[in-house]
Amino acid sequence: MSEAAVEKALDQKMNTVPFKMVGRDVSVYYGEKRALFDVNLDVRENTVTALIGPSGCGKSTFLRTLNRMNDTIENCRVTGKITLDEDDIYDLSIDVVELRARVGMVFQKPNPFPKSIYDNVSYGPRIHGLARTKAELDAVVETSLQKAGLWNEVKDRLHEPGTGLSGGQQQRLCIARAVAVSPEVILMDEPCSALDPIATAKVEELIHELRANFTIVIVTHSMQQAARVSQRTAMFHLGNLVEENDTDKMFTNPDDQRTQDYIMGRFG
Amino acid sequence: MTEFASPTARVSTRPAASRRDIGIKRRYAAERRFRAFGFGAIAIGLFFLAVLLWSVVSKGYTAFQQTTITLPIEFSEKVIDPKNERATDPKQLFTANYPLLVREALVKQLGLDPAKRPLVKQATDMVSASARSQLRDIVVADPTVIGKTIPVTLLADANIDSAFKGQIDLTVDEARRKVKDEQVAWMNTLAEEGVLKKSFNTGIFTFGASSRPEAAGVGVALLGSLYMMLIVLVLSLPIGVAASIYLEEFAPKNRLTDLIEVNINNLAAVPSIVYGLLGLAVFINFWGMPRSAALVGAFVLTLMTLPTIIIATRAALKAVPPSIRSAALGLGASKMQTVFHHVLPLAMPGILTGTIIGLAHALGETAPLLLIGMVAFVVDFPGSPLEPSTALPVQIYMWANEAERAFVERTSGAIIILLIFLIFMNLGAILLRRRFERRW
Repeated sequence: MSEAAVEKALDQKMNTVPFKMVGRDVSVYYGEKRALFDVNLDVRENTVTALIGPSGCGKSTFLRTLNRMNDTIENCRVTGKITLDEDDIYDLSIDVVELRARVGMVFQKPNPFPKSIYDNVSYGPRIHGLARTKAELDAVVETSLQKAGLWNEVKDRLHEPGTGLSGGQQQRLCIARAVAVSPEVILMDEPCSALDPIATAKVEELIHELRANFTIVIVTHSMQQAARVSQRTAMFHLGNLVEENDTDKMFTNPDDQRTQDYIMGRFG
Repeated sequence: MTEFASPTARVSTRPAASRRDIGIKRRYAAERRFRAFGFGAIAIGLFFLAVLLWSVVSKGYTAFQQTTITLPIEFSEKVIDPKNERATDPKQLFTANYPLLVREALVKQLGLDPAKRPLVKQATDMVSASARSQLRDIVVADPTVIGKTIPVTLLADANIDSAFKGQIDLTVDEARRKVKDEQVAWMNTLAEEGVLKKSFNTGIFTFGASSRPEAAGVGVALLGSLYMMLIVLVLSLPIGVAASIYLEEFAPKNRLTDLIEVNINNLAAVPSIVYGLLGLAVFINFWGMPRSAALVGAFVLTLMTLPTIIIATRAALKAVPPSIRSAALGLGASKMQTVFHHVLPLAMPGILTGTIIGLAHALGETAPLLLIGMVAFVVDFPGSPLEPSTALPVQIYMWANEAERAFVERTSGAIIILLIFLIFMNLGAILLRRRFERRW
């Protein structure tokens, strides 16, 4: 097959992947200030979608609308419609606790609970009743840590504090904690910005593997990271969605001049 | 070109370099001054603490010793129950002339002539007047002792106690001192015989109020303070923590909650006597609760402690990193689960510190208790917080007002007991805090 043919096939494959989450005319206001302007963005199943853009462009804000973490911010108002498997997540019938169990989140700075590694991972399954016995819980903890690539490093010290791990290990512990609840979507808010290059590489590898089971949306400041881990990329600027495209196309031949400029490092 | 450029460059940097040098010297001098001030402040604080402790302990340690006289008391039936009526009239045992038993025993011990009344009177004055109730209690508890002779350890009178501890200047003219020369002579002979000696004063912990120093103790006050501290803890900790959690984590931030916050901060600064007036007006006069009761005192102290606990708890909750809340919420924990599983345990050390500060404050509080009548003369132990009792600081206040020499050491002794009570409370809080303390 020629290169163009491969690309075309990939494109077609991409276009047939069903949408997991759909955002329509999403606007976010912090009090009087409007942070997002009518964003229409679709998140495809089992795909890594990267959100890029200069600081303050609204990419984190958009990410946080996907599991309603913006609800915790005073004066924050969201308009528009976001669906998860066709359910409107801002509908009154949707319980936010249930939503967050389906849409997990990993934060910028590793934030393990000041408890043991085991308790960190088992907390989610415990509150959601995902494991009935101690043995089941042990199994969930083990598989989650394995999925996060941390099992071999911590299996002998599960009952030591999670805060005693290195930064990269802590972030993978947070990923294991999010994975343990068996979410459908995992949101990552600059998960590597506090990590060194080696830890970053490990987390990126992990994101690549997690894609098989989860839909991932990742906010990143690093263009290279977006190029490495994602299949789809969305570029934000000043609260607007500038362009959303396949990552390969985005980094080689973007449709929008601003994307081109940002990727070339001319602003941001 | 460069050969020309370098000298000019050197010239231009020189003033900058010298200017910076002066600044550094001044900065170090300022730092040294600040360190000296800090050291001085701590030294002054430590000095006054040492003076305080030294003055209290040096005056008060003797209160933990009490002079006693052990005499073989003959419980003669002739004196206690001459008409042998005790089977039909038990009152007889309460009204018998017990001091006579003490007098007879002393006369025998010292070999005095019973006919010389003034001398005998002086001898019996050496024994505390509390001997009457002490002997009565022995007989009432076990009437079979009547007719037997058993050694009984009696309290020495406060003046003899003071003299034996060397607190009375014996060079002063006899007429102007409370201990007569004969008494001193007897005291010394009895001491040589081993009859009169100093022993650990358990009475100061167990006795209630008494106008006789040797029979006065902080027992009732200790129990009253204990009741109050327990009730204050049980009431103020849950109410204070619940109020803070609600205000900090759940309540909307608007003008009403701002107003509440300002008022809580102001309440922490209200003079404690105002709380006493409130307690008198509301709890006693309006609700009709009993006067002098530990329960009312505890209610008043609870109101006084609440602002302290709320302020400390809110500060502790605020200090918990928001990332912990996000982590729990992001996992799908409800707000309540987030607070109770993660935020509260992390805030616990701070909450306990605030609570112990509030309780320590409440333990030492006197003014509001005076207003609700806890300044009463209570002899009997309160069986419940509803019965009259006093509190440690009030007892100290009352003893400080007594004129007798022996109450001076007891006042200091009671202060030592109060401080020890406080140390134990703090110790408990520190141990609890250790259990909750976690690193992140």
